[in-house]
Amino acid sequence: MSTRLADHGRLIDRSKPMNFEFNGKRMKGYEGDTLASALLGAGQTLVGRSFKYHRPRGIIASGGEEPNALVNMGQGGRFEPNQRTTTTELFDGLYATSQNHWPSLEFDVGVVNNYVARFLPAGFYYKTFMAPRAAWKHVFEPIVRQSAGLGKVPKDRDVDTYEYFYHHTDVLIVGGGVAGLAAAKAAAASGAKVMVVEQTAHWGGRTPVDGGEIDGIPAADWIEATVEALENMDNVTLRLRMQGSGIYDHGYALGYERVADHTPGDGRPRHRLWRIRAQQIVNATGAIERPLSFAGNDIPGVMLAGAVRDYVVNWGVSAGDRTVVVTNNDDAYRTALVLKEAGLEVPVIIDARAAVTSPLAQAARAAGIRVAEGKGIAKVHGGKFVTGVSICAQAGEGSSLEEIKCDAVAMSGGWSPVVHLWSHCGGKLIWDEVQAFFRPDPARPPLSHDGKGFVLTAGSASGALGLSDVLTDADAAGKAAGKAAGGKAGRKAAPKAAAEVHQAMEPVWIMPQGASIQKRMKMWLDYQNDVKVSDVQLAAREGYESVEHTKRYTTLGMATDQGKLSNINGLAVLSDALDQPIPQTGTTTFRPPYTPISFGAIAGEAKDELFQPIRKTPMHDWHEEAGAYFEPVGHWRRPYTYPKPDETHAQAVNREVLNTRERLGLLDASTLGKLIVSGPDAGRFMDMMYTNLMSTLPVGKCRYGLMCTENGFLSDDGVVARIDETTWLCHTTSGGADRIHAWMEDWLQCEWWDWKVHVANVTEQLAQVAVVGPNARKVLEKLGGMDVSKETLPFMQWADGTIGGFDARVYRISFSGELSYEIAVPASQGRAFWDALLEAGEEFGVMPYGTEALHIMRAEKGFIMIGDETDGTIIPQDLGLNWAISKKKDDFLGKRAQLRSHMVDPDRWKLVGLETLDGTVIPDGAYAVGEGVNANGQKNVIGRVTSTYFSPTLNKGIAMGLIKHGPDRMGEVVDFPTLDGTGTVIKARIVDQVFYDKEGAKGNV
Amino acid sequence: MRRYSAFAIAREGARYHQGWERAWNSPVPKKKYDVIIVGAGGHGLATAFYLGKNFGITNVAIIEKGWLGGGNTGRNTTIIRSNYLQDPSAAIYEKARSLYETMSQDLNYNVMFSPRGVIMLAQTQSEIRGYQRTAHANALQGVTTEWIEPARVKELVPIINLDGPRYPVLGGLWQARGGTARHDAVAWGYARACSDMGMDIIQKCEVTGVMQEGGKVTGVQTTKGDIACDKLAMVVAGNAGDLAGQAGFRLPLDSVALQALVSEPIKPCMDVVVMANTVHGYMSQSDKGEMVIGGGTDGFNNYTQRGSFHHVEETVRALIETFPIIGRLKMLRQWGGIVDVTGDRSPIISKTPLGNTFINCGWGTGGFKSIPGSGWAMAELVAKGEPGPLAADFGLNRFREGRFIDESVAAGVAH
Repeated sequence: MSTRLADHGRLIDRSKPMNFEFNGKRMKGYEGDTLASALLGAGQTLVGRSFKYHRPRGIIASGGEEPNALVNMGQGGRFEPNQRTTTTELFDGLYATSQNHWPSLEFDVGVVNNYVARFLPAGFYYKTFMAPRAAWKHVFEPIVRQSAGLGKVPKDRDVDTYEYFYHHTDVLIVGGGVAGLAAAKAAAASGAKVMVVEQTAHWGGRTPVDGGEIDGIPAADWIEATVEALENMDNVTLRLRMQGSGIYDHGYALGYERVADHTPGDGRPRHRLWRIRAQQIVNATGAIERPLSFAGNDIPGVMLAGAVRDYVVNWGVSAGDRTVVVTNNDDAYRTALVLKEAGLEVPVIIDARAAVTSPLAQAARAAGIRVAEGKGIAKVHGGKFVTGVSICAQAGEGSSLEEIKCDAVAMSGGWSPVVHLWSHCGGKLIWDEVQAFFRPDPARPPLSHDGKGFVLTAGSASGALGLSDVLTDADAAGKAAGKAAGGKAGRKAAPKAAAEVHQAMEPVWIMPQGASIQKRMKMWLDYQNDVKVSDVQLAAREGYESVEHTKRYTTLGMATDQGKLSNINGLAVLSDALDQPIPQTGTTTFRPPYTPISFGAIAGEAKDELFQPIRKTPMHDWHEEAGAYFEPVGHWRRPYTYPKPDETHAQAVNREVLNTRERLGLLDASTLGKLIVSGPDAGRFMDMMYTNLMSTLPVGKCRYGLMCTENGFLSDDGVVARIDETTWLCHTTSGGADRIHAWMEDWLQCEWWDWKVHVANVTEQLAQVAVVGPNARKVLEKLGGMDVSKETLPFMQWADGTIGGFDARVYRISFSGELSYEIAVPASQGRAFWDALLEAGEEFGVMPYGTEALHIMRAEKGFIMIGDETDGTIIPQDLGLNWAISKKKDDFLGKRAQLRSHMVDPDRWKLVGLETLDGTVIPDGAYAVGEGVNANGQKNVIGRVTSTYFSPTLNKGIAMGLIKHGPDRMGEVVDFPTLDGTGTVIKARIVDQVFYDKEGAKGNV
Repeated sequence: MRRYSAFAIAREGARYHQGWERAWNSPVPKKKYDVIIVGAGGHGLATAFYLGKNFGITNVAIIEKGWLGGGNTGRNTTIIRSNYLQDPSAAIYEKARSLYETMSQDLNYNVMFSPRGVIMLAQTQSEIRGYQRTAHANALQGVTTEWIEPARVKELVPIINLDGPRYPVLGGLWQARGGTARHDAVAWGYARACSDMGMDIIQKCEVTGVMQEGGKVTGVQTTKGDIACDKLAMVVAGNAGDLAGQAGFRLPLDSVALQALVSEPIKPCMDVVVMANTVHGYMSQSDKGEMVIGGGTDGFNNYTQRGSFHHVEETVRALIETFPIIGRLKMLRQWGGIVDVTGDRSPIISKTPLGNTFINCGWGTGGFKSIPGSGWAMAELVAKGEPGPLAADFGLNRFREGRFIDESVAAGVAH
């Protein structure tokens, strides 16, 4: 059993006990604990269940590589599944439950999978569950889904906040161990701007656990002094609790700062996501210890040797009273020595190497620890906890030579550099035969825009494992990064540590090497996903030979730890099965993030009200107070209608239409796009952008214009006003303003960069109100000011002046067929002008109307609407807009495309009006059907409805639609099947699209 | 080929699974084949499968530069649906969807097709009209879809937030027989079936040149030597432009990275696939429990198959808005795949300027769902030399004629 020791624990403060709860049990830890160390300290070795077989799982590691010890943490709006206990700092009141079991952690019925595991090897599900066909969805899959998954589903909305930071630096150093600090010191000395990030709450990494001296002082003191020196430098930024999570193209890196995970509810943002742009990045990300593959290596109590050591030294916690150490390298001897020194039993060090004579082994022997050379573990005894191990000859097939009682096993299969960040952006790896690991190939780094490398590695991340080598390597990396980022070349000597003598490690991928299939079926590679040595071998046998196939077939490395412990062992086993060298097998792809990062942090502040902030017109508050029902249009919200308390939306819309037609309506048209195009070449430019001839438009006049894409399709429309000799004002659709602005800039910047034209988007600078209806002129005249008479301001002209004291630009244009003025005033005056119109209009029956009334009125009048009559496949000719296409111009955007054979095909559907025979309304989106079916068995269609409304003016259903040969078929009746489920077909007659005031008498007054 | 079944697993389990045979062979290439298919992704393998199954052509090699299924087949978000707007699209995607229904049985390989249903949310008035149009079109095309009201959306997706402060859910287009499948298994299942028919799947073999004589193809040069053929089918997605260049013609394609990501796994909470086009994001939950999330395409061309970050931000924001409970889940992994996008965002299944050479590409963001239909249509084109009705509208000539099949009409983002 694990327990808290009476001494040790350099990171905990025993004067500050903290209470927490795990599975309903009250437990005690100390400030400085991780949840993992606190659980072990409280004797909790069983902490979860595995994914597939629901086997008991204990803590195996002490850092972000932990695959097993994941818990549901927090409650309510702070509930979070899959929280890694090894990277969770303990706080008072922490609440956690274990995952993936029912009914309890100790007794889980899902473990039945474990008893039939023999029949559930890798990929078994691809070979069965196929009959009967419906059974997969209705029987098998629900069972699979229920037993898979890990953490519980959150129920509530997150109550925490998050934020973004942006940071530019010359050199980013990822990792604050001695390598990171040494690199930082060297880089900072060059004068470069340096940022160092460390994912834990402490500087120094693993070095303080192992001790040693740097520059003649204890390593811990050197770390403290170095951090202090760096803190005092203006060009250095240090951040703890911040992980370098990903490296992207061009020196872009993500920093994931866990600001307040350990102080929930203190008002600070929980996480902060840093978007860092660095010239040079130094990965001082350290190394991760590898497990060994022996039967029963997944039983709770079997841990990484380095982690066992960490728990004793850092947190004063022992994994067990009697710990068997099993290794293929020298480093695990340090664990044995630490345990012994802490007064714990180490009955034996099992070393796969035949003869071990290194200084560390001699020290272990001198401390009275037995070293069993050339041996391995045949089997770990136990179920939910370790009870002992059987020793065997590593060279054999696993006959038990002796059994040793113990309650913990510390294993070490060697160390692998953390190469993830190096690989995120294309850095390549080489296989180091001596150390048996992949390390970054300095000759093939990730390349930046200039074709030069922008990532370096330092210390263990480069493959240097001894303290002395680490410091030399890190110092060189720091100097190189500083210089490459524009700093001075460094001349100071690297920090020094005594060189150590090590005996070479010996790669051991299976223990013992000749293990039987029964044993290999008990050797875990991926602890969370339950992938065993036998699974990888099965994949190889079945032809899943690519490492990617093996990964995907067995799920090796696909768990939440992304194979940090399992990948190297797995691909070594695969290589062996395929009888090929490990480099030929290669690795799977390393993807960001290094460890999972919260969605909350990725979203940052942009949630709820701040998720795509709503654009508001100057009159928006009035609309809200008036009880408008809004619809989203681009990032705006426009009033759809203003229903009165007892009205349906449809009733309100009808009222608004009739009132506008009979008396006076006001529309907030401020969202309409307003682009100013100006300059000596503006006329030429306008002629290219629009199908119409705009360059000849006289000053003071307005013209309805069309814009097409290069493919000839109608993309936007609106009224253009000629302001002066070199200036045009282009109205675009509300949703199209930004797109058309970008479109214009695209042509000006990329194609016609020598044309002298400026485009300014003044949409938000102006409030615009459409004053519409028979009383429109009356209300303006009542407000007083400029002359808006028919004679002075005729249809399709504009003029500047004042109205009711407001500076105004008045356009005499109409989208409803009524007498209509669109009046632009400065945005700051918008609300006051709107109020003035409402007040003055009272006696004329003024009433605001929304977008739906606008749509109906334009449909009654047969005007097209971008997005209704167009959908990206419609050319102006389809809509009978040939009159708006200039024949005098050599070119305009879309002209050539409109000459293509399909564009001039007489069978193209053309715009017509549609009138239902019974007065009903054709449903939105309905198609007109023809005879028979096409070659693919689909019903032949001859057209479709594009706009369809109940017209309150005409008191019947009206529509526009695109119909094959439509204009030649006036008076004919076409069929629109509906989706009401009863096969109803609506019959509609093809008519002229102008339903209201065909002569235009209403507007021209 | 020994059949897979529960019985076979029991039998093999008894002998510790030592008796399973290879799922597919990896032979040395022969000197000549009737048909060479370049690209052993889903589309290439499906083409091979239907060449054998529908036309009895089995002297076929499928050549793959990397590992089979390693391109977009193994990188997508596994969504299957056929609720397309335009007739030619609906025809081929519905053919594909219907073939997915029986794929596990047809291949004797469980591809885990799960018709869990797909909802496309309408969050603006114009989306309502757009999806109602699609529903009408689908009814005439023989594709079963239906417009559903917000209450029904909530019933199908209890974790959805209907009343988001920004874009309330106004309804949705529901395809009950859409769903998901296990993407790798589709490639593996086809590979096993093709291998069983005697076809050669040749991996780690890159085509370096296309050999031709008198305007017709005669074979390909590869890193494993020259291989002759009577007919050549190019099915290489993002690398189509490159390969076409080797054959001497150009394609109207852009290759861009499409982003995707998954969360850490949690217990089941969402049974259906939800696509929210207004806010640009879609999400489903895998059988493993991960929330599988699709983002958009990068705004620039590249071939790196890497993820970039800004699309992930936008997508995650959109999904937190739509599904507030996911805020405290964590992103486990993000990645990118290279999709080849045509001007109208519809595929190319076509003869080419080079005789006896055919191309299937341009699936853009809609490739996985179309695999069996695409293979079916491509096999017909290769076997007969002329496109059948499924492929007829997807010829290269449509770009010259302006006869586009534009689906962005219905959905402005990834599909």
